[in-house]
Amino acid sequence: MQRFLYESAAIVEVELLKLLRDPTEIISRAVQPLLWLMVFGQVLARTHGINTGSLSYLAFITPGILAQSVLFSSIFYGIAIIWERDLGVVHKLLVSPAMRSSLVFGKAIAAGFRGVIQTAVIYFIAFLMHVGLRLEPLIIFAVLTSVILGAGIFATFSLIIACIVKTRERFMGIGQLLTMPMFFASNAIYPLEIMPNWLRVIAQINPLTYLIDALRGLMVTGGAHIHSYTIDFSVMLMVFVILLFIAVKLYPTLAE
Amino acid sequence: MNDDAIHHFAIETFDLTRRFEKMVAVDHIDLRISYGEVFGLLGANGAGKSTVIKMLTTLLTPSSGSADVGGFDIIKTPDEVRRSIGYVSQLLSADGALTGYENLRLSAKLYGLSKSDRIYRIADALSFMGLTDYAHKLVKNYSGGMIRRLELAQAMLHRPAILFLDEPTIGLDPVARHMVWDRLLTLRHDYGMTILITTHDMEEAETLCDNLAIMHSGKISIVGNPAKLRAGLGENASMDDVFAYFAGGSIHESGAFREVEQTRHTARRLG
Ligand SMILES: Nc1ncnc2c1ncn2[C@@H]1O[C@H](COP(=O)(O)OP(=O)(O)OP(=O)(O)O)[C@@H](O)[C@H]1O
Ligand SMILES: [Mg+2]
Repeated sequence: MQRFLYESAAIVEVELLKLLRDPTEIISRAVQPLLWLMVFGQVLARTHGINTGSLSYLAFITPGILAQSVLFSSIFYGIAIIWERDLGVVHKLLVSPAMRSSLVFGKAIAAGFRGVIQTAVIYFIAFLMHVGLRLEPLIIFAVLTSVILGAGIFATFSLIIACIVKTRERFMGIGQLLTMPMFFASNAIYPLEIMPNWLRVIAQINPLTYLIDALRGLMVTGGAHIHSYTIDFSVMLMVFVILLFIAVKLYPTLAE
Repeated sequence: MNDDAIHHFAIETFDLTRRFEKMVAVDHIDLRISYGEVFGLLGANGAGKSTVIKMLTTLLTPSSGSADVGGFDIIKTPDEVRRSIGYVSQLLSADGALTGYENLRLSAKLYGLSKSDRIYRIADALSFMGLTDYAHKLVKNYSGGMIRRLELAQAMLHRPAILFLDEPTIGLDPVARHMVWDRLLTLRHDYGMTILITTHDMEEAETLCDNLAIMHSGKISIVGNPAKLRAGLGENASMDDVFAYFAGGSIHESGAFREVEQTRHTARRLG
């Protein structure tokens, strides 16, 4: 266990170094949520077209947009993995005696830290737009935990796809194909209650829904969540563990 | 390790085979490489060299057959094999977004070196490879030769008994290439490392390697030391001739087949 954590930390460390050294990605990824909140959020808020109860529409979608930005940036983690495969970095990691599980887990947690930075960005935008945010330390801690879990889930899912498709071109196609439906078949920008039945069923098995549900309860004042936090976190944890198991099995095939 | 050398080979393969769908990339090969040897694996593009190395380094599972590396079975005890080997892939795999030092530190951690070992060995490896002054520069600003030396430094940090180098001097200028050769021979001399190297460079094969195996479509055509291989082909035969002869498809159509068979047997005994 100690070895597992030590090796995972070594992977996280280099990923963070690379991230901080080249922050252009963080900045460019901040543009999209900015547009969603400022343009989409504000315009839709005026139409009063979507009933979000006592919560303003902007406050309603703020957690959704955070989850979206975590999803979109994590899901392209697979591209980086394929890149590393083409460069031979994956081979070098896999000839080392490091546990395969720490290599995969380290990558997932690194994606989680990226999510932490995105959280800060979105809190900042939301604050400027007068969204009522809950700032109790324990709440912030819970938000960060769910973001790290969510990012870990999508990054690991993305790694699994990368192991299956193995080339960048195919990955790009599949990445697009998966992210948009995952986003729209979730409670990110409209509540589950107004969805047609078939969509609600899909949304209920979409892990993104549980991330957003937890965030909606935690982040904004007066935010309502449908499931209990226990359910939200259990579902996310379970999905994460299952995906990690699959990824640990598939990751070594990248070097073949 | 010296004791082992009497009883074991550094690398020994038994009918080692790998198929990709119907294609047989490595076809029932039996290789024996002694401790302390620099062994060259030659062959045309697609002959199966990298596939052999990937199996021996546990990156790829054999379709059938097996192999021992450093006395450990590659299928049953991959972790022990990984601890005994260093590997430099055919690609330039050092991480360009990190400094040389950071690349080395990651390797040291993944190989479980203690902190004091880590500090000492990284400094040692950097100076051995002539990279001390560049340790804190990003690898993307390194020259090809420097990247190769950094990768060798990464591969030797944990003092493996056996080094696998897949075309280590590809794309390097002559000076950089000679520098890599020099470092490899010093590693062998200082630590008794066994080195398995693939190359398309006949000069490299001849100056660096004690013994060579030439592969042709997944099979070993011949094994022997470079001088013997040349002598076996004729008085003025060069390594290029040897390569063309054994790496091409000509063996069984050639008039000199019997002669070659003879060499092959001699070479096997010597190898
Ligand atoms: N992962 C793979 N999937 C399918 N075929 C493969 C794979 N890896 C190698 N091959 C095939 O196996 C054969 C041997 O490839 P290998 O890379 O071992 O050759 P090589 O001798 O290293 O060639 P080169 O000198 O070009 O590096 C080739 O025909 C190659 O196309
Ligand atoms: Mg090759």
